[in-house]
Amino acid sequence: MVGGSITAFLLLCALISLFWTPGEVYGISIATRFLPVSAQHWLGTDQFGRDILSLLMAGTQNSITVGVVAVSIGLFAGVGLGLLASARRGWTEELIMRFSDFSFAFPAILSAIMITAILGPGGVNSIIAIGIYNVPVFARLTRGSANAIWTREYVMAARASGKGKFRITIEHILPNILSILIVQATIQFAIAILAEAALSYLGLGTQPPHPSWGRMLNEAQTLMFFQPMQAVYPGGAIALAVFGLNLLGDGLRDVLDPRLSRKR
Amino acid sequence: MSKTVLKVSKLVRHYPLPKESLFADPKFVYALNGVSFEIKEGKSFGIVGESGCGKSTLARNVMALEPTDSGSVQILGEEVVGKTFNELRPLRQHFQMVFQDPYGSLDPHHTVGRIVAEPLAAIGKLPSQEKTERVAEVLSSVGLKPTDVDKYPHEFSGGQRQRIAIARALITKPELIVADEPVSALDVSVQAQVLNLLRDLQDSFGVTYMFISHDLAVVEYLCDEVAVMYLGSIVEKGRTEDLFASPAHPYTGILLDAVPKPAAGKKRKRIQLSGSVTGQTEKRSGCAFRDRCPMVDDRCKRETPTLREVAPDHFAACHYSKKMMEHGLSKPS
Amino acid sequence: MALLDVENLDVSLSTAMGPARAVRGLNISLEKGETLGIVGESGCGKSMTALALMGLLPDNGTTEGTISLQGEDLLLKSEKEMCKIRGNRMAMIFQEPMTSLNPVHTVGRQIMEPLRLHRGLSKSEAFKETIGLMERVGIPNPSERVHNYPHQLSGGQRQRVMIALALSCSPDILIADEPTTALDVTIQDQILELIQNLVDEEGMALILISHDLGVIAENTEKVAVMYGGAVVESGPTDQIFGNLAHPYTQGLFAAMPKLGMGRNGRLTTIPGTVPDLINLPAGCTFTDRCPLATDECGTTAPSISTVEAGHKVTCHHIDQAINGRGEGLYK
Repeated sequence: MVGGSITAFLLLCALISLFWTPGEVYGISIATRFLPVSAQHWLGTDQFGRDILSLLMAGTQNSITVGVVAVSIGLFAGVGLGLLASARRGWTEELIMRFSDFSFAFPAILSAIMITAILGPGGVNSIIAIGIYNVPVFARLTRGSANAIWTREYVMAARASGKGKFRITIEHILPNILSILIVQATIQFAIAILAEAALSYLGLGTQPPHPSWGRMLNEAQTLMFFQPMQAVYPGGAIALAVFGLNLLGDGLRDVLDPRLSRKR
Repeated sequence: MSKTVLKVSKLVRHYPLPKESLFADPKFVYALNGVSFEIKEGKSFGIVGESGCGKSTLARNVMALEPTDSGSVQILGEEVVGKTFNELRPLRQHFQMVFQDPYGSLDPHHTVGRIVAEPLAAIGKLPSQEKTERVAEVLSSVGLKPTDVDKYPHEFSGGQRQRIAIARALITKPELIVADEPVSALDVSVQAQVLNLLRDLQDSFGVTYMFISHDLAVVEYLCDEVAVMYLGSIVEKGRTEDLFASPAHPYTGILLDAVPKPAAGKKRKRIQLSGSVTGQTEKRSGCAFRDRCPMVDDRCKRETPTLREVAPDHFAACHYSKKMMEHGLSKPS
Repeated sequence: MALLDVENLDVSLSTAMGPARAVRGLNISLEKGETLGIVGESGCGKSMTALALMGLLPDNGTTEGTISLQGEDLLLKSEKEMCKIRGNRMAMIFQEPMTSLNPVHTVGRQIMEPLRLHRGLSKSEAFKETIGLMERVGIPNPSERVHNYPHQLSGGQRQRVMIALALSCSPDILIADEPTTALDVTIQDQILELIQNLVDEEGMALILISHDLGVIAENTEKVAVMYGGAVVESGPTDQIFGNLAHPYTQGLFAAMPKLGMGRNGRLTTIPGTVPDLINLPAGCTFTDRCPLATDECGTTAPSISTVEAGHKVTCHHIDQAINGRGEGLYK
């Protein structure tokens, strides 16, 4: 419930920021730099005189896009590969799993840096980089949990009914691992937001002047000692988003289980 | 003579074990070593044995759920071994299976209606009207309410779940149902309900059962014929009455004797088996039961006994089945 | 004074749906060397009784009544004191030996541990004792097997290890909860024989819990039949099996396929299912399944009456039940 409301709140912020923000996001006005908290600027302004609240709201938009796209890339490709590996077994499984071991061997951020280094820095490329990093995560998880389901007697019963592997995968395997995948997706969503923030912080992600939580952190870093709150706000936003998404994941798992949802 | 529903001949299944080293000889689990039997229409054929004797492997091979090494399985005269999964699909409506665990054999995410209708997939597209009717019909024949179709398995008790599993097996009106320990996970009073149901269904639909169980009393109650398996081979087979009244293989005798009897009176002294089931991974000469047999002698170590007729329709694989039938279990003099 | 005296034991488990009354008003008295069987179907409270005796109830369980072991009330003991009693004076063996043994330690180490802990033996003494115990419970080549891990042993041998573990501190009472349910009949026979012999030799008292009437009939002197958390019939085993009284016991017996019954008879079934322990009916818990039930059964709980010396039955219609036994209560 809490997770749901936090996530809904973030979504709402992003939606509103599409049409309206309390202050200017792209305009730079040196005159209004480092304004303290006031009725006009609820969270004050930064070194370029931009309204921090507005930046945060617009940054939500960016984070959500990154999360959705990157997790979708990971989900579709990763789950597809994982299910394939689990249904075919043999050399198909071997190939897919060795491939994902290989990509696992690189730390997440490092591989994202590598990909952005190849494709060039920028918002879209950082999303693709994070998405590709998600693929083996989902592939492994899917294959592991799907293998466990394949040994169940009801799968045996479905095979005895003459159902092919593809149908069994769609009808039995996927629904039974869905809750695990959804929980993982929310975790990956949170990690994607963090990763995007990290990439932007390093200057490889979202490029100025587009607002992003990570870039805000990056810019605040140099001002850490005389404007500490400027780093706290985006940091807090990231923490809130990650926390909310994790709670949402747990909640969704309960809702998706017929054994639990029926009793409530 | 009624027609033969299932004919299994010389069925062999060896599972390869992971090699211990690159140059080691491949090792196998000898799960089935040439099993043959036939089941006539409308009969119940029991297969008994202890864990590891290959009875569940046999069920999976008859159901063509795993590859067979050699031998043949014919269902209604059609060869099953060697067919691809797709070639088998149209045949599947003729043979269905009921599993042991009523909790594990039903997908928790599917409604009862969907679970029961699953085997209809093999027949091809059916109008949804007909599908609904058949589900309702088959549910009521196993004693469940047609309104149960929208419920999920977790809303039912173990016995009711096993009824759902039986309904699923019945929906294609199969000639043969392979039941692997269908009542062993159930409580006594519920077990009786399911056993009676299986009997009633046989009376009304004429279905043939291949019934696998470790419980001799259950097999005696339900089966016309019975085969006793030990380490992947049938050691004795025959009509249930004959086999239970005068077992011709010492293993059968010991199994029967080991069942605790619920009656007043002190525990009787019995002949106990020494050792436990071992040696599934090695192929040996001589009788497979020789290490545990109270009647063993030198001949059992040299010669492998084959299944032969010891009385009309009663087969046993023991050198001393005559003695066994006349005197019961005894040490060789 | 009896070795073990359980009076009015109530066990309830708090669940999301409300308290489940797993055991109600249980009375047991056990002398040294005596064997007691507890029989019933799943959910009848037999396993909860065992866990309550050992003080091993799950965290959501609460107990009332008294469990006195040689005059000491175990329910008043602290967890630390219970630890000393468990394994030392009372020991338990479980249904599935694989899950009750630690897979990452050798069986030898697991038997040695309580010897060193409770009896304060040195490492080499404990090792010798362990081999002795393993020999005692019939494990071949104990000096080799001692170094094996649980998964390297067969089911029967694992159960023997469990028994060796239970014996390590020569307890006064051995509680065996479905010790042979996971085993094959021939192995079951060996294990039960072993337990019997050990009980005879050591003079231990045994509480054998099983769903199998045959196992109970052959291995115990006294028996208690449980249904819906309470004992419905109890007494000397021979007397009960020779003279089934309670409608539930009769039904349970009739529902069981028995060797030699052949294919002509038909199994009797008890209609319905076991009661919900959270919403127990007011009167007799067996009312809705009982062929003899009257209005009285639904409203008032039956009291205990004695049929013969020591043979007690909790039923409103005992006479009718006993008279109806000939032709069978269930149609």
